[in-house]
Amino acid sequence: MIGSELTLGLTLAVIGMGGTLLSLWLLSLLIVLLKRLFPLDKEGAAGPG
Amino acid sequence: MDLATAVEAGARGLLLGVGALTPGHVLMLAIGCLLLFLGIRKGFEPLLLVPIGFGAILVNIPLAGLMEPGGVLRTFYDAGVLTEIFPILIFIGIGAMTDFGPLLENPRILLLGAAGQFGIFLTLLLALLLKFSLVEAVAIGIIGACDGPTAIYVASKYAPHLLGAVSVAAYSYMSLVPLIQPPIMRALTTESEKRVVMGSVQRSAAPTAKLVFPIATTIVTSIIAPLGTPLMGMVMLGNLLKEAGAVERLRLASQNEIANIVTLLLGISIGATMGADRFLRVETLMVLALGFIAIGLDTATGVLFGKLMCALPVWPRLRGSATTRRTTSSCTPWAPTPGGRSARSWPRPSCSRS
Repeated sequence: MIGSELTLGLTLAVIGMGGTLLSLWLLSLLIVLLKRLFPLDKEGAAGPG
Repeated sequence: MDLATAVEAGARGLLLGVGALTPGHVLMLAIGCLLLFLGIRKGFEPLLLVPIGFGAILVNIPLAGLMEPGGVLRTFYDAGVLTEIFPILIFIGIGAMTDFGPLLENPRILLLGAAGQFGIFLTLLLALLLKFSLVEAVAIGIIGACDGPTAIYVASKYAPHLLGAVSVAAYSYMSLVPLIQPPIMRALTTESEKRVVMGSVQRSAAPTAKLVFPIATTIVTSIIAPLGTPLMGMVMLGNLLKEAGAVERLRLASQNEIANIVTLLLGISIGATMGADRFLRVETLMVLALGFIAIGLDTATGVLFGKLMCALPVWPRLRGSATTRRTTSSCTPWAPTPGGRSARSWPRPSCSRS
């Protein structure tokens, strides 16, 4: 019984952490893409003043 | 009825409450007062601990019936917590208070936050081994996220009977982070790592990037994890209100009126789940202990991952800074302070050593 709970817990931990890391890696890629599409220097130059 | 009988009946009525008072009630009244003391005098998350503490007092007044069907606290609880409306609304306020600029400036730091989430899953595993059901284990493990509204949302969704214990654990331990984390960090870092100096943010992201970020993040993360859409969607809606600049009234309402009113009602509703009959159980103590373990594991795994990032050359911008950055990033990274500033600042690492 404990073995099955341990298996379930470990499976959830592996899948959960894998999913978390994968999701955040994708999110970091999205941020990099946004920064390339909208660079600060370009907007800064076109900004006020 | 003569005068003596009337007086006797009246006196008996006045003493009904005293007669119904149990040791459990007295203990819970003391716990409610302790929460008030921690919130008011010690400054531990007062915005929530004060209404939670007072809610705990109210619900443990015998015969008041505030959590009976039709009772005022039961009405708040059913309308706001069971439906998940209160925590969801809180997230709009969180989004409106949060500046994602530092995150946009250095997105690799996301991985440090992710590493800290190991504590959630390890605690979930422990809870399963202690014979909690899967949904209860999920509600307990989420304390490791170090984020009160998330803990409330998950607990109210999966294990509402543990809501009081999970919320109290989450907010109490969040307040105690300055006491819980340093010994673990000291134990897991070397002298040279302790001397690392963190730099400061040199520049933020472009306004357009900050504007598009909440929209794009909502779409991407909701497709990856649809069940998380209520939380992520509301955080990002709040952040969009902040970054749009065209809806100042909505931003201010989200940051102030909505957040304040919902915080009050949410706190009272959580306190209302702390009735003696529901709270004074062995499982409550187990939840509190597991919550402590969750935050400890969360800290330890975050530090260890920071050390790994320091050691690996693939993250050159993080080298020399990831370990000490641990305090600001392993828990949920965007939680703002009650004052409206982001509690997590993610400055650009300087890699300098003193």
